Amino acid sequence: MSVRIEFAGVGKRFPGVKALDDVSFAVQAGEIRALMGENGAGKSTLLKILAGEHRPDAGEVRIDGQPVTLGSPRASAAAGVAIIHQELHLAPDMTVAENLTLGIMPSRAGFLDRKAMRDRARAVLARLGEPIDPDARLGDLSIGKRQMVEIGKALLRDARIIAFDEPTSSLSSRETETLLAVIRDLKSEGRAILYVSHRMEEVFRLCDSLTVLRDGRLAGDHPKLSDVTEDALIGEMAGRRIEDVYGYTSRPLGEPVVEVEGLTGKGLSAPVSFTAHRGEILGFFGLIGAGRTDLLKLLFGATRRTGGRIVIRGQACDFGDPRQAIAGGLALLPEDRKDEAIVPLASVRENIALAWRNLNGRSAVVAAATEAAAARDHIASLRIKTASAETAIASLSGGNQQKAILARWLSADADIFLMDEPTRGIDIGARSEIYALMHRLAQAGKTLIVVSSDMPEVMGVSDRIVVMREGAVAGVFDRAEASPEILLRHALPDVGRRAI
Amino acid sequence: MTQAAVEKTDSPSGARPRLSRLIGAAGPMLVLLALLALLAAFVPDFAGVRNVRGLILSVSLVGMIATTMMLVLALREVDLSVGSIVALSGVVAATVIAGSGSVWLGVLAGAGLAVGVFNGVVVAKLKVNSLIATLATMEIVRGLAFLTSQGEAVSIPQEQFYALGSGELLGLNWPVWIMVACFVVFGLVLNFTVFGKNVLAIGGNPEAARLAGVPVTRVRIIVFALQGLVAGLAGIVLAARITSGQPNTSLGLELAVISACVLGGVSLSGGVASILGVLIGVLIMGAAQNALNLLDVPTFYQYVVRGGILLLAVIADRLRHSATPGWLSFGGRR
Repeated sequence: MSVRIEFAGVGKRFPGVKALDDVSFAVQAGEIRALMGENGAGKSTLLKILAGEHRPDAGEVRIDGQPVTLGSPRASAAAGVAIIHQELHLAPDMTVAENLTLGIMPSRAGFLDRKAMRDRARAVLARLGEPIDPDARLGDLSIGKRQMVEIGKALLRDARIIAFDEPTSSLSSRETETLLAVIRDLKSEGRAILYVSHRMEEVFRLCDSLTVLRDGRLAGDHPKLSDVTEDALIGEMAGRRIEDVYGYTSRPLGEPVVEVEGLTGKGLSAPVSFTAHRGEILGFFGLIGAGRTDLLKLLFGATRRTGGRIVIRGQACDFGDPRQAIAGGLALLPEDRKDEAIVPLASVRENIALAWRNLNGRSAVVAAATEAAAARDHIASLRIKTASAETAIASLSGGNQQKAILARWLSADADIFLMDEPTRGIDIGARSEIYALMHRLAQAGKTLIVVSSDMPEVMGVSDRIVVMREGAVAGVFDRAEASPEILLRHALPDVGRRAI
Repeated sequence: MTQAAVEKTDSPSGARPRLSRLIGAAGPMLVLLALLALLAAFVPDFAGVRNVRGLILSVSLVGMIATTMMLVLALREVDLSVGSIVALSGVVAATVIAGSGSVWLGVLAGAGLAVGVFNGVVVAKLKVNSLIATLATMEIVRGLAFLTSQGEAVSIPQEQFYALGSGELLGLNWPVWIMVACFVVFGLVLNFTVFGKNVLAIGGNPEAARLAGVPVTRVRIIVFALQGLVAGLAGIVLAARITSGQPNTSLGLELAVISACVLGGVSLSGGVASILGVLIGVLIMGAAQNALNLLDVPTFYQYVVRGGILLLAVIADRLRHSATPGWLSFGGRR
């Protein structure tokens, strides 16, 4: 067997983070290599480099021993690379045959040659062993069949390196079996396969070898998967990172403030129940897509729940929209600051005042002096680094924007804070300041519900940790009993299912 | 953190917005002054008192409607139905006045208000794109205007009603004073009320505004309702000026109004508006039109010129609000 694709010392930096650092591994022709790691371990960045969407700033990628520059998605496809994404890149209103031949449609004298197009489509679908009608509208197919079309696309373009990104996350078990069989066929044809997945069982059944990433670095390289145990693997993915930027001190917990019973709604697969107390920081850990953001939106009234009870300070609440939740003392710091939190062209002062001035009973005329004073106070006390209160918030760094959004809710006198990935995209200095603020809030008797995919962070700040998996609560752990292994074990799809 | 570090993180991004904001604010004003100087120098009679009074009267219709269109655009929406509302409310006013013999202004403006509320509900509640929703009401309302008048101009016999169009106070006609009132009222609304700030916040980032507790649906409906109300009022004033309700008046008026707003620096992508800018935009449009008339430029050319001005305004909007247009940032990265 020969090395088909090799990553040699690949590194990639984004502002404030090293997404990849000196990563080296190779995939042989006719090999299926698994790529595993927690959220943020660097898997997506690696795939994006392979897809030509990012360029590495260190090291190189070699295909068949030759260094290649994957400067664009086109260049990547020309080099024989295909990526099968979780969200499929297909046109739902076109037919299967049209999708398969998109960009390489056969033509005669400038006219589309429908017959040749259909023949090619039929041939490739037969190779995949899929009974799909080439003339069917793509949007009418099941997810599993659509994925087959995506694979067919790769075959028609003669891709020799195929990367799968969580391909089974939305497939039924029968569809999964079909897919795994197809991938084995691809392997026997001598293609190099990179298989990104969180599902241990699948990885152990399908793959020959395994690469583990953690914090952008190579954490494990196993040429033979049969030599590794599941526990060792979880250990490598979780690692042991001792980093005390969290400044945790234990606090006495007060009475229950938020009691959720049997909550159901968009993004949740089973009724969710939990309780958060006065003065508590309740962490929510899980993989991306585990339903945590959806849960916060339901609590905040941004989406409507379909069932269950939310009891706030002993009173059953039914928030029809965010305004009612805000009146009930809730605050939401969204994960996506740019699209859901800041009003980019408005000043820091305007952004801080936005919630306060819309509270019930405020005057219709802008209380300019009060707002300016509040902005000044918060800029000073939260140490928001801005040229002035009148600077547009978009020109601030991520950490300072986040502090301004926190100030928005402090001035609105919120006492239940729903924080979704509060330190995403924020550099380490500002992060520790935000942790300190979170502790100050908890100490002052506020309740914090903190969603984080960053395991050290969720373990570092939380009094208790709820683990969510596939839209349901998988376990609740006290700070003392939570370990990276336990959290990850409950968060991973198939491992977690067996553990319970 | 030290002072040096603060400057290091903030100065590259802090300096440029200030510069471009300066250009953004001063740009339309400079264009207007240059245009006025040019016209005064080269177009005979342009700077005469009579002509200036006529010019201001001629922009009063566009000016009134532009003050609320500013709010609509700031909301990241658009309202194409204003021209039809002007026609409908004029026709309804004429019909009612002719029929009843009395002057019931308050009731008449209700025609525009009703259309505005309808637009608002369709856009805010049913979540229909405002371009399409108001394109539909533009057609429907124009149709209603023709139906109400049976396709004919409706003349108004009550002469005291004409005073609204041609009466004077301190040397200026009533329509001009009504326009001034609109500028004052909506200038105050935009700059000094929570409502005005909410309009800008929704236009700047609708989801962030909703999650911060801004009553997004209510604000959207009120803005469209105000637009309808003002367009309706403008229609009545116009009917008084031309002493009849014309079902085919003000065709394409919405485009003139939007052009004026964009010329004045209101961003089509929402979140940015200035009442002074809109005033300047209205005057630029009016001065250009007036000069073309004085120079006896045939109407056909005037369409081309008006279209050209709109295009330039939109391109200017693009350049002003694109992230950092390479060719506008002086000295590159610091």
